Amino acid sequence: MSTDITKLSVTETVAAVAAGDISKANLHATWLDRARLDDLNALSWVADRVKLGGEDGPLGGVPLGVKDLFCTEGVPSQSGSKILEGYLPPYTATVVEALTEAGAPLIAKTHQDEFAMGSSNENCAFGPVLNPWDRGRVPGGSSGGSAAAVAAGLVPWALGTDTGGSIRQPAALCGVVGLKPTYGSVSRYGMIAFASSLDQAGPITRTVADAGLLYSQMTGKDPRDATSVEHPDSVEPVVPMDLTGVRLGVPEELTGEGVEPGVREAFEATLDLARSLGATVAPCPLPHAPHALSAYYLIAPAECSSNLARLDGVRFGLRVDPDEGLDGMYGATRAAGFGREVRRRIMLGTYALSSGYYDAYYGRAQRVRTLISQDFDTAFEDFDAIVTPTSPSVAFELGSKTADPLSMYLSDFCTVPMSLAGIPAISIPNGLSDGLPVGFQIAGPAFSENRILGIAAALEDGLKFDGSPAWIA
Amino acid sequence: MIELEPVIGLEIHVQLATRTKMFCGCEPVFGEDPNTRTCPVCLGLPGALPVINERAVDFGLRLGLALGCELADRSIFHRKNYFYADLPKGYQISQFDEPLCSGGFLDGVRIHRVHLEEDAAKLVHSSASGRIQGADSSVVDFNRGGTPLAEIVTEPDIGSAAQAREWLSLLRTTVKSLGISDVSMEEGSLRCDANISLRPVGETTLGTKTELKNMNSFRFVEKGIEAEIERQRELIQSGGTVVQETLHFDPRSGSLTALRSKEEAHDYRYFPEPDLLPVAVGPEMIKAAQDSLPELPAARASRYEDDFGLTAELAQRLAFNGDLGDLFEATAAIRGAGSDAKLVATWVNGEVSSRVEEGSDQTVEPEALAELLGLLEDDKITTAAARGILDTVIEQGGSPAALVESQGLEKVGGGDELSAAVDAAIASDPEAAAKVAAGEQKALGPLVGLVMKATQGRADGGEVRALIISKLAGS
Repeated sequence: MSTDITKLSVTETVAAVAAGDISKANLHATWLDRARLDDLNALSWVADRVKLGGEDGPLGGVPLGVKDLFCTEGVPSQSGSKILEGYLPPYTATVVEALTEAGAPLIAKTHQDEFAMGSSNENCAFGPVLNPWDRGRVPGGSSGGSAAAVAAGLVPWALGTDTGGSIRQPAALCGVVGLKPTYGSVSRYGMIAFASSLDQAGPITRTVADAGLLYSQMTGKDPRDATSVEHPDSVEPVVPMDLTGVRLGVPEELTGEGVEPGVREAFEATLDLARSLGATVAPCPLPHAPHALSAYYLIAPAECSSNLARLDGVRFGLRVDPDEGLDGMYGATRAAGFGREVRRRIMLGTYALSSGYYDAYYGRAQRVRTLISQDFDTAFEDFDAIVTPTSPSVAFELGSKTADPLSMYLSDFCTVPMSLAGIPAISIPNGLSDGLPVGFQIAGPAFSENRILGIAAALEDGLKFDGSPAWIA
Repeated sequence: MIELEPVIGLEIHVQLATRTKMFCGCEPVFGEDPNTRTCPVCLGLPGALPVINERAVDFGLRLGLALGCELADRSIFHRKNYFYADLPKGYQISQFDEPLCSGGFLDGVRIHRVHLEEDAAKLVHSSASGRIQGADSSVVDFNRGGTPLAEIVTEPDIGSAAQAREWLSLLRTTVKSLGISDVSMEEGSLRCDANISLRPVGETTLGTKTELKNMNSFRFVEKGIEAEIERQRELIQSGGTVVQETLHFDPRSGSLTALRSKEEAHDYRYFPEPDLLPVAVGPEMIKAAQDSLPELPAARASRYEDDFGLTAELAQRLAFNGDLGDLFEATAAIRGAGSDAKLVATWVNGEVSSRVEEGSDQTVEPEALAELLGLLEDDKITTAAARGILDTVIEQGGSPAALVESQGLEKVGGGDELSAAVDAAIASDPEAAAKVAAGEQKALGPLVGLVMKATQGRADGGEVRALIISKLAGS
């Protein structure tokens, strides 16, 4: 072998496959060997062999890691939960099907926080995923398995899902690129739901161009998902944007208190880089953003309390039946099947929706959500994109926040406002702090993926981030 | 003792006869093998999402228009959350505070609202009664799960069990004429629950209500409500108070058993279904629904008055019960313009409706009825014989004319046969004959009876009477 094909970006690999320099058999065998090196608990399942499909598709046969919560026919789809341990769905999620068809076949499933609830992957029923930069630290969550696997070179690229930051935050903590697309632009059919009005699938990749390439084959109106819409633009191959005159807004509300010094330093350095490339940087108010986390922790648990009701031991998954009637079976099954954080959020959500409390909690949270959306609408009249650190901190030590859910929830402080507004945002690695990667978030108006990918690519060129320390040798 | 009056409101579930289910592409068919009409969506598998059936929305709009409702231009689906084995997602997708239709009116009863939802799956219990009490195990058939339902809720404007039954019959006719449902109580495509309370006559506030569930025939609706009214009446008059609870009526024993009380009532935690967008009802959807509306029962009744000269009451009785109306019109049409439509109407409303359970297949075909009434009108058979023939035709089918022929049911009159029968009767009861001869009209009865028995009802009563009198007068 003349070149180590695993060191190529997917975009480069696709070109090499098209030119006949790499055979698909070689590609698949090489990546299967890589996937089998997993010592991070990043992968929940690895294929015996990669099945072809969509052979001449635009994605060149480059195999894909897929987060556990996507339903894949005949392949365990457990959403990180004991209650779905070994569950084999009879159908495949629309987006996975579309990507297989486009030439990105499934090679592995990746571990995640249980039902995507978590920011550290410590809520995975099958053990935490380790951060390849420092195995004593978390990879972020909930798409921590996907982010760690891409960072460590176990898979060429991966699918994650983002509800309040679950693509962007682990991408930041693992030093890779993560795009949370506009809500509705990617079908949710076949994604095991956490919070329906927020969940969105997106790419986790090593380069911005790869993220654009994968996303370009994910979009489209799905007749099986009523909330999906046709993307008004076709998603173009990513070209670094000329940043001359590009207006970047920095919301004080998301970049002040609580951001670690090392993260702040990297953020400022990236703003300087943007200025040097011709961008203007100015403060941009998002007055309601500080309330986003509170609203999110009512809306998401409320929806999850209902979404997870189908896990009742009747038709699939775990059943624990103490022979105390139907209610006894429900209680025993769910007590044994759900982890602490999931139970906590089901209780929070059940409470928030209870009659007499609905208006005070769920109703109010929805009004806050509307105000946050309006803040962004106003901001995008003056700015082309809004930038923040992706996570206020770098990867933290395993176990350091598990006893304190509130400090864990703060991990999503910078990413949740965009989720509530349904707008796209991308995280790119923008340096190291004490040897650990830092993430830089770029958010744009709905359906502005081409724009934020272009800005991200321009910065990526200037940043020259080196992810190789995370690579499993 | 205080006089009490019942106050009744109905909640009716109508299964909509769309080709596919409310939120997926499965085609529900009644009586299919269990769990063969399912998919990830109606099984509530992880990751599956609902999509609104546009046809069901159209059917809902038609129903709303027929009931004089206001149609919402924006309507929302909510999740109604509760756990039960027949509810695969742990919530039912229903409507809450923004239903498809609200307000409305049908024959003296105000409609509160009409909304769309999905049906639950069917539980089959292993007990002898088929009910959950005493069952060792239960199995679930998801074929029915996800079938579109329209729920119609009335205001408490109904004053008696009989009125409830009649009104439900009119509603069934209305829905059936719209072509949006099979409306069979037997198969469960029409289901009725009743909210019942009592209050002193003259009072305007409502008493504590109970909810009576799932009465699966028109007769049981009337009987069940009647039984619950009586139960409440006795309870109140013996100094007790009605407790708000849900009751099940057992038609075999006539007893009422509590299903759950208010204390156990669910908090359904309604919230807008995030997997669906609001339904936007545009003018073109309303126009399509309007254009599809057939003649409604009220219009039909006035047509019967105008075209057939029926009394208002008779016209309504037929038009408000679609099966009877259909039979009447078809029979009258076969008999032709010159015939007596009132005779048809009277027979359909009286003789046929007393013999045929509403919605039942065991009925008389219009051809047979027309033939039968022809024989009657032409004086070929007596009314008594016609009734007997109707019984036979409903039970076994067949042609009335052929029956008259094969069983010798032709009217006996004028000839020797009747004269001989009268002579025999007089001879067998000389005592009565003597009284009649002495002018005692009451004594005619036994003699006429003997003649009728001898002729198997084929003689005309008036003719027999006259013949007896004339014979005895001559003696």
